[in-house]
Amino acid sequence: MNDMRKIERDANMTDTKITARGVNVYYGDTHAIKDVNIEITDKTVTAFIGPSGCGKSTFLRCLNRMNDTIDICRVTGEIRIDDQDINHKSVDPVQLRAQVGMVFQKPNPFPKSIYDNIAYGPRIHGLAKSKVELDEIVEKSLRRGAIWDEVKDRLDEPGTGLSGGQQQRLCIARAIATEPEVLLMDEPCSALDPIATAQVEELIDELHRDYSVVIVTHSMQQAARVSQKTAFFHLGNLVEFNDTSEIFTNPTDTRTESYITGRIG
Amino acid sequence: MTDITNAPAGPRKATSTELVAASLKRRRRKQMRLQWIGLGAISIAFLMLFILVASLVSTGWQAFTQTHLTLEVYVDPEEIPEERLPRGGFDDALAASLGQMLPGVDMSDRATARAVEGILSNGAQFELRDRVVSDPSLIGQSVTMTVPVSDPYDQLNKGLIERATPEVNRRVKDNEIAWFDTLAENGAISKPFNFGLFANADSRFPELAGLKGALVGSFWALLTCFVISFPLGIGAAIYLEEFAPKNKLSDFIEVNINNLAAVPSVVFGLLALAVFIGWFGLPRSAPFVGGLTLALMTMPTIIIATRAALKAVPPSIREAALGLGASKQQVVFQHVLPLAMPGILTGTIIGLAQALGETAPLLLIGMNAFITSAASSPFDSSTALPTQIFIWADSPERGFVSRTSAAILVLLGFLVMMNAVAIYLRQKFERKW
Ligand SMILES: Nc1ncnc2c1ncn2[C@@H]1O[C@H](COP(=O)(O)OP(=O)(O)OP(=O)(O)O)[C@@H](O)[C@H]1O
Ligand SMILES: [Mg+2]
Repeated sequence: MNDMRKIERDANMTDTKITARGVNVYYGDTHAIKDVNIEITDKTVTAFIGPSGCGKSTFLRCLNRMNDTIDICRVTGEIRIDDQDINHKSVDPVQLRAQVGMVFQKPNPFPKSIYDNIAYGPRIHGLAKSKVELDEIVEKSLRRGAIWDEVKDRLDEPGTGLSGGQQQRLCIARAIATEPEVLLMDEPCSALDPIATAQVEELIDELHRDYSVVIVTHSMQQAARVSQKTAFFHLGNLVEFNDTSEIFTNPTDTRTESYITGRIG
Repeated sequence: MTDITNAPAGPRKATSTELVAASLKRRRRKQMRLQWIGLGAISIAFLMLFILVASLVSTGWQAFTQTHLTLEVYVDPEEIPEERLPRGGFDDALAASLGQMLPGVDMSDRATARAVEGILSNGAQFELRDRVVSDPSLIGQSVTMTVPVSDPYDQLNKGLIERATPEVNRRVKDNEIAWFDTLAENGAISKPFNFGLFANADSRFPELAGLKGALVGSFWALLTCFVISFPLGIGAAIYLEEFAPKNKLSDFIEVNINNLAAVPSVVFGLLALAVFIGWFGLPRSAPFVGGLTLALMTMPTIIIATRAALKAVPPSIREAALGLGASKQQVVFQHVLPLAMPGILTGTIIGLAQALGETAPLLLIGMNAFITSAASSPFDSSTALPTQIFIWADSPERGFVSRTSAAILVLLGFLVMMNAVAIYLRQKFERKW
């Protein structure tokens, strides 16, 4: 079973989903991301690791142009998804974000019912033709978000009334309800207990067969467990990017080595 | 604390626990002091409010009742022939009826008859006329009617004219008091709730004057104000807060809106006089123009309240919606605005409450005219509650003193009601989640 998956994985690791060339990000005068080049492969899990404040979230937000919403933020360089320059003026960020979903660092459910939280994306994008179809999408998403059993009896209660960990899984379910091609996850497990974490990791493992998943994490173990590729950021630089096994067993840069052995961070 | 100096082993550093304990005492004292100051401030505010309301109630409560006289009037066909309606000797009919109730008064003397007639309000004859005109079959029959007495007798009945005052200084003479007492002994005098205070428009005669015109005028003015300032204010706030580029121009607009909110209202009145009445030729004294003027003043309040409410919506909600691929406009209208609604409504109602009490601009556009009928459209001449108070406060008749206080109480009642609605709406919308 595991071997099967490994073969499948290797087979899929050929085509590139996202290409970033010379990306720089500035917050006013702060240079947060410095000349980053990276190729993110389709149908893989890519982990971003690095000390706090090194720019992992910032770079992640470049991939669905969420940085557009910050007035002082300026992004230069080229980012291509499926060979389409996402910063080109012909690209509508609204459409891009339907294609590239995101789970945020802090759980942020809408102050609406659990059902409406999940159904919102499919509704605005017109993914469901009927109420029955929408119900199906909601149930499927909640199941994949590993939260269905906890909320199935109270779908019309507010999403904000859930515990922090449940909220985060609700947000994951909400993000996958729109069937994005790329899923960006910014520390999705920081508010979760080990059981929920394991469930989310299982979900990620399952998702990457259809989607590209980019996950920011502070947990080396998590990066090692779920990802095939790992990128190490330090002070806005992409220091090292390689197969996860290589990064953890055989890092080429001394900074990477110090970080994963716990000497900087 | 004293350990530091008393310690035998010479000076040693106080431990942080000791330092915290020492500072804790100081911090507690500070907090207590602050609490007492706060409590004192609230007490003073409450005392002032109590004094205000108490003084208004003590003078105003009398205006909520009105002395009435019940009398039986013979509609004499000789005095009031059907073919001359609506004209006829209605006052003479009333005088005759009064004469019968006051035996021993020589009604053939013109002066005495005039004085006796003065017991009744001037409005009594019109009431009789209206009844007869609407039902001419009453001619030749006796009609029982309860009509307001004139202001001096009302004052006398309410004890506001002291019987102990020497006759020369008294507006009701000794013989008039005697008539009144006779009527009272016969049980003709009553003091019911003064429905006229709400059902009548303004009048020169205090016993007939009511707030209907002012209430209707204020209603039209506030409606106009709301219909204009609410959508415009919210629209402007949404644009400025959510869509406008942040640059010099938007800063300039923001500063000006804040300034606008601080402009004295009389200036808005002058502006309205020059622009709405002078240039556009809108009618003077019309609640519509009043509403436009009040809208100018309310809009900055609504804009500021709306922007504050929009700003208070957590950015994570916007991010969540944007991250799902909602457009800017969907984010604003489906997520931000519903969450900001309680704040917006509260701000709007407070703005409208301010507008309701605003006097100066209405004086300038002529809403302090003497108008004896309620406006039937926002373009008719009318007064408003605050200007009505202004007019009555200026009137020499004694009866207007208590009516002024009563009108202020009515105005305060409306303000309290509006604020209650604001609180209710806020809670109702917030209770959702
Ligand atoms: N909205 C912002 N305005 C200004 N500076 C910002 C903003 N967001 C991030 N920064 C700066 O950009 C740099 C990178 O921040 P970022 O949030 O990407 O770090 P991170 O790697 O995600 O850290 P963490 O692991 O703590 O989440 C930091 O120095 C931060 O101060
Ligand atoms: Mg981060």
